[in-house]
Amino acid sequence: MSEPVAADSPTPGPPLWLLLELTYRCPLHCVFCYNPTDFGSVGRELETGEWLRVLEEARALGSVQLGLSGGEPLVRDDLETIVAAARRLGFYSNLITSGVGLTEPRLEALKEAGLDHIQLSFQDSTRRMNDFLSSTRTFELKSRVAELIRKYRYPMVLNVVLHRLNIDHVGDILEMAERMGAEYVELANTQYYGWAWRNRGQLLPSRDQLRRAEEVTARFRERVGSRMRIFFVVPDYFETRPKPCMNGLGRIFLGIAPDGIALPCQAARMLPGLTFPSVRETSIRSIWYDSPAFNRYRGEAWMKEPCRSCPERGRDFGGCRCQAYLLTGDAANADPVCDLSPHHHLVTGAVNRAEQDIAATPRAQPLVFRDHRESGARE
Amino acid sequence: MMADIDSAARPTIGGGFRLQWEPAQGTHVLLYPEGIVRLSRSAAAILTRCDGQRTVANIVADIERAYSASGLSSDVCAFIQLALEHNWVELGS
Repeated sequence: MSEPVAADSPTPGPPLWLLLELTYRCPLHCVFCYNPTDFGSVGRELETGEWLRVLEEARALGSVQLGLSGGEPLVRDDLETIVAAARRLGFYSNLITSGVGLTEPRLEALKEAGLDHIQLSFQDSTRRMNDFLSSTRTFELKSRVAELIRKYRYPMVLNVVLHRLNIDHVGDILEMAERMGAEYVELANTQYYGWAWRNRGQLLPSRDQLRRAEEVTARFRERVGSRMRIFFVVPDYFETRPKPCMNGLGRIFLGIAPDGIALPCQAARMLPGLTFPSVRETSIRSIWYDSPAFNRYRGEAWMKEPCRSCPERGRDFGGCRCQAYLLTGDAANADPVCDLSPHHHLVTGAVNRAEQDIAATPRAQPLVFRDHRESGARE
Repeated sequence: MMADIDSAARPTIGGGFRLQWEPAQGTHVLLYPEGIVRLSRSAAAILTRCDGQRTVANIVADIERAYSASGLSSDVCAFIQLALEHNWVELGS
């Protein structure tokens, strides 16, 4: 059953931030990927013409920041066409890529098409997690791509996902970023959805690891000054207040999955009891303003205690619905990251267990690499 | 103390930023990687004139003419100074 938009919520503004997950296909197998673990059973990808229609309809509603992501968006050979259409319509386009497949001819074509910005993610492209920093192949690929990005006069923006197995190398990572000429580095601690949720027991760092990484980052920041700006995103499991996830569902963010399913957050597909509309059947306007899936968590009427009467509810919107669902089984509960949540012990418990595991054996269970076969794909 | 801006400098929109009119919001905005700044009418009046052709003196004169006002120099320069600090504009000469 759908609920009407809460009486206390004004008409939602436009979906300013449009994220197109062009494909779930990806040459990498990252254990911290937030893509759904059943991505192999997701329906066929939208065709070029369908993506262009999404861009037109969203732009007419007021979408202006465009993320092109995946999977690896460069796997789509129509990426240049999509970028050119976005530019023509007035989007500011951001490509979020691992760099695998970013050859000079493609980068030249993307620049020509009007791509505004590139964020290069640093991932492990081998199955040997612990060796990834010494993985020459990865380093050479990233260096080559970094050089190309500078040659085509894009700012060099590097994103590195941190977890238990690499957080101790944060100093090496920052030095590598400096050698690559990075101007911005985002050290983003893993968020536990999708494949990362499946591997949480293996990826959560200890409080000690986190503290050391922050100290190393602070020292590095002092040394390089304004030459390189570093953002250290603390994992929310170590916080006592939740993140204002998506600035509230259905407020500014509209994500379109590879098969055309519209989502109020990339991870929302897992939320039970909601039917997410497809751009193949429903207009973007109707999806954004009328669909029960986008109205469900707008406003405050859905909130339970302690959120409902909390003076901070307008700031953090009760945190993340997906995290509430994954940890407590009810997406309308407070995000258990909040220490006012009756379920907060589930978060501190996970961190405590992680610390015990680290103290005992470093690898109790095997990691599950993001993999086509593991994802439910039919052979 | 705020440094004085050379009235002969020719400001232009900073690299990585794009200034455009948003019909859906009825405002000018500045776009940058994963971000957006909504501009007031007076901020938009100044930034739309930061085209690398006009000098700061030209921009002031232009705006005074457009608004049939005088003595706007210090307001315009203060805003350009702020815009420089945010890298919204760069100075050519």
